[in-house]
Formats: sequence, C-alpha cells, structure tokens
Amino acid sequence: MITYIVRRLILSVVVMFIVTVLVFLLIHLIPGDPARCLLGEEATLEQIEELRKELWLDRPLTVQYGHWLTNVFKGDLGKSVLYGQPVKELIMTRLPVTLNLSIFSFIISTVLGIGFGIICAIRRGKTIDTVIALFSNIGIATPIFWLAVIMIYTLGLKLGWLPLQGYTSPLEDPIMNIRQAIMPVFCMVLFPMAVITRQTRSSMLEVVRQDYIRTAWSKGLKERVIVISHAMKNALIPVVTLLGMQFRVLVGGLVLIETVFNIPGMGRLMVTSVFNKDSIAVQGCTLVIAIVVLLVNLAVDISYGWLDPRIRYE
Amino acid sequence: MEAPSIKTEGRRIIRVMFSRRVAILGFIIAVFFMLTAIFGPLIAPYDPIEQNINNILEAPSREHFLGTDDLGRDILSRIIYGARVSLMVGVVAVTISAVVGMSLGLIAGYFNKWVNNIIMRIIDAFMALPSMVLILAIASILGGGLFNVMIVLGIGLIPTYCRLMCAQVLSIKENDYIISAKALGSSDLRIILRHVLPNAFPPLLVLITLQIGTAILMEASLSFLGIGISPPTATWGSMVSVGYNYLLSNPLLSFAPGIAILLVVLAFNLIGDGLRDALDPRLRGTL
Repeated sequence: MITYIVRRLILSVVVMFIVTVLVFLLIHLIPGDPARCLLGEEATLEQIEELRKELWLDRPLTVQYGHWLTNVFKGDLGKSVLYGQPVKELIMTRLPVTLNLSIFSFIISTVLGIGFGIICAIRRGKTIDTVIALFSNIGIATPIFWLAVIMIYTLGLKLGWLPLQGYTSPLEDPIMNIRQAIMPVFCMVLFPMAVITRQTRSSMLEVVRQDYIRTAWSKGLKERVIVISHAMKNALIPVVTLLGMQFRVLVGGLVLIETVFNIPGMGRLMVTSVFNKDSIAVQGCTLVIAIVVLLVNLAVDISYGWLDPRIRYE
Repeated sequence: MEAPSIKTEGRRIIRVMFSRRVAILGFIIAVFFMLTAIFGPLIAPYDPIEQNINNILEAPSREHFLGTDDLGRDILSRIIYGARVSLMVGVVAVTISAVVGMSLGLIAGYFNKWVNNIIMRIIDAFMALPSMVLILAIASILGGGLFNVMIVLGIGLIPTYCRLMCAQVLSIKENDYIISAKALGSSDLRIILRHVLPNAFPPLLVLITLQIGTAILMEASLSFLGIGISPPTATWGSMVSVGYNYLLSNPLLSFAPGIAILLVVLAFNLIGDGLRDALDPRLRGTL
C-alpha cells in the first residue's frame, strides 16, 4: 500500500509540475505584448515597462518560469491588474466560500447518488427505478445556470421562501448560510448526483449477478444484509473512481453558480477576471483550483487502492 | 466461425439501438432540432436580430408566439436561429476535439512507453482542471466570438478523447491479430488504419454523441456568462441571461431557451446511451 501511495504522490507531483507550466504559459499565449494586453490600451509606456520588469517579461522564457515558480512557492501569485491587490489575498478571501459550497455539494451528491443508485438496482424495472432514471437523464441534460434562474424565480421571487442571492459565512450566521446555500447547492448537486446514481445502479446490477450474491440469497440472508454487507462494498469500487471526476465537474459548475447567485467565491473571481482580461488573476485562480482538484483526486486514488487490492498490486 | 461483416454489425447496432424507446425519442428530438437549424430561415417568423422598440417585452400573442425580448425581437425566431448556432458549435467543437484527441491517444497508446508517458501526463494536467475553468482560461487568451468559441471548446474537450483512445489502443494492441499483422510485416500505418482504428472506434462513437450535448451545454454556459458568442447573434445561453433581468415581468424570456438547451442535450445523451447499449458486448443478446 505504501509503494502505491508513493507512486501516486510522485505522479501527482509530475502532473502538478506540468500544470504549473501550462498555467505559466497562459499569459505568454496572449497574442501580442502581454504587458500591454494586461494593462489595456490606455496604459502609458512607463506603466507597460514597469509591469514588464515586474513580470520579468524581458528575460528568457525559462528564466521567467523559474522566477514565477519561486514566487508561487513563496505564496506570491502576482498582483491583480483589475483589483490592484495581490492575487493571493483575493483568493484567500474567496477560497473558503468555494470550498464551503463544493464540499457541502460533494457530500450531498455522493450520499444521494449512491442511495438512489442502490434503490434503482434493487428495484430494477419498478416505477421507482423508472422515475429515478428519468430524473437522472434530465439532471444530466439540465443547464445549471438555467435551473438556478428557475429556482430564483419560483423559490425566491414568487414564493419568497429563500434569499435570492448572496453568501453569509457559517461562522457569522449559520442559519442564513444554510438558507442561502440551498439553491446553489441544489443546482450544483444535480449533475454529479445523476451521474453517480447511474454508475451505482449499473455496478450494483453487475454485482448482484455474481455467484456469491446468489449464495447469500440461498443462505437465507436478509435483503438489507446482502445489499449492505455483500453487494455494496464491491459495487462502490467503480463509483469511487468517479468521485474525483465529479468533484472536478462540481468545481467547474461553481463558476456559473457563483455568478448567478452573486456568491463571492473563486468561480466569480475567475469570471470577472476573464471579463476584464486580468490574466494574472486568471492564472492564480486556475493554479489554485488545479491544486485543490489534484489533492482531491489523490485522496480518491488512495482510497481506491485501499478499497481494491488489485489496483495497488498493478 | 466467421466474424460478422461490418454491414451486418452496423445493422445489428441500429436494430438494438432503436429497440430502446428512449433512444428513438432522443433521435426524434435531435432530428427535429437539426431540421429546425437547417430550415431556420424558412420557418422563423421574424428576423432574429431585427429590433422593434415599440414591441419590447411583449407577452405571447398570435403575432409573437413566445413574446418578444427587451429589444422587441421575436423570441421564437431567436430560438430557431439559436439552434443553428448551438448545433454548429456542438458539431464543430466535437469534430476538432475528436480528431486531435483521438490522434494523440492513438500515438500515446500505440508507440513506446516514453511517448505515452509524455502525452498522457500532459493530458492528466489538462484533466486536473475542471472543463469550465480550462475553457475560461483558454477563452481569456483567445477571446469570444463564434469561431473562437468553437476552438476553445474543441481544445477543452480533447483530453477525454485522448484518454479513451489511448486506453482502447493499449488493450487492442495486445491482441493476437495485431501481433500476427506485425509478424507478417505490415507497416505501423497499415496496422493502425486496418486493425486498431476500426476496433477502437465504437466506444469513441458513443463519446462523440455524448460530447455534442456537452459542447452545446458549454457554449450555452459561456454565452450565459457573456464570454461566448457576442450579441446580436441569437444564442440560447445569452437569451437565458437577458431573460434573467426580466424574470418577474417576462419569465418566458429565460425559460423558453433553457427548455431548448435541455431538450437538445437530452436528445444527444439518449442517443449516446442507446448506442452504448447496442455496442456493449455484455448486453449482446439481452435486448
């Protein structure tokens, strides 16, 4: 198991290194002079020259990368042209908001997705299976920004049950935090939940055909025992691999959800930065999101190896 | 035992696929939107970009079946024209990503371990980023507009094809018929074109169908954020965004284009599911 973990760690470091190269190149792939693009057409020659020096744009690309990476390790992600603030500070105030929503959504989508998947598999062909399958298909096809608009209209504007927009820290007002999170979390949960439901259903159906499940039935065990103790453990292995991917999808969805619900998180910061061509902020956000996703994927890979011994001996 | 010919296999796949009612439903919806996109200029009652300030935010009526938007433009006509944009972006973006991604996956899977490691680690790095974040990052470099959106989405969807193709090739190249072909002195190009590609393609076909829906969703998302295709071009995402400002007075402005997105994405997903079932050997004979 330790060899497996070390191997996954090395692989993650390699991927992280490539991510830093790609993220670093973001600014350099902008057509034309990056300093002029970052500062806009109204910038004076002095300002452009100053930024060029600050970003080491007058040095060879490899030297620039080395300088940038050293700064990243020191926690310096550059200064946002739009906000005039260090990107690190912008991210530090927004990352907890994004993590709060994404972790909440991740847990709910996983628990409900697995639950619905198991129900569908053990009630295969019954009405409940058809209804959940129908909702899964619709959930996968629904544009989340549109769903958000519908929820704001019905639950917020028409019925007045929930606050329309905004974010309150759980430390400040936990009740308000939950009330404000209901709509965004529901929108974000829908897609990953539908995918997890489908995967759980199909892997459960695969497992319940196995001989050892038939043996468990013939021994006269209760359905609950067979499902939980025998079928679920093996059926969940393919689902676990999917979780890392679904976390990635979830964080991607936050870009839209934070914009619609006016939530001051990383997603909205990224959209605002793209809008205003603030590539240094885009660079910082992209890097931090990639690190978070890689860490979650690493955790998923390790748990996968722990669940399935075949994987760690491969 | 003789292997079934491509023609017979193709017929079997179509038969199995269309034995599923949901796949038929998906096919009907997709054909409906395709016809709407093709014959848009003939069936749209009004010019989608023609403004009429005397007619703004009108409720549905005989003249304007779904009402008008904030600039007096006919919503139905804009939805019809929006179908052209959505489907075009979906098909072109998926073609770009499938061609590039499959080629990279083929190279990574077929040639030596070093090539595989280099290509796949770069793909892993791309996959560390959520698609929407990756697409936004690329859009920050290229900017908006129809052409750029197709390129941005095309690049954003490459990793999935590359990974699937690589996995397919790695498993196919271990087969005896590939080893025999090599022993007979067939060139790499011949082996790839005659043996590897035809066998690797079926699961990729499913992915292509599903990704058209994904590309349409992403284009709509970009347009909703205002980073995608610029106005006055009619796009479903930007229509939902405009309607969001008039939710209380005219909710249909946002709801109608959203339903169009949902239906067209659902259609491609249902076709993809049907195809997957038809191509999955484990389900053979059960349908």
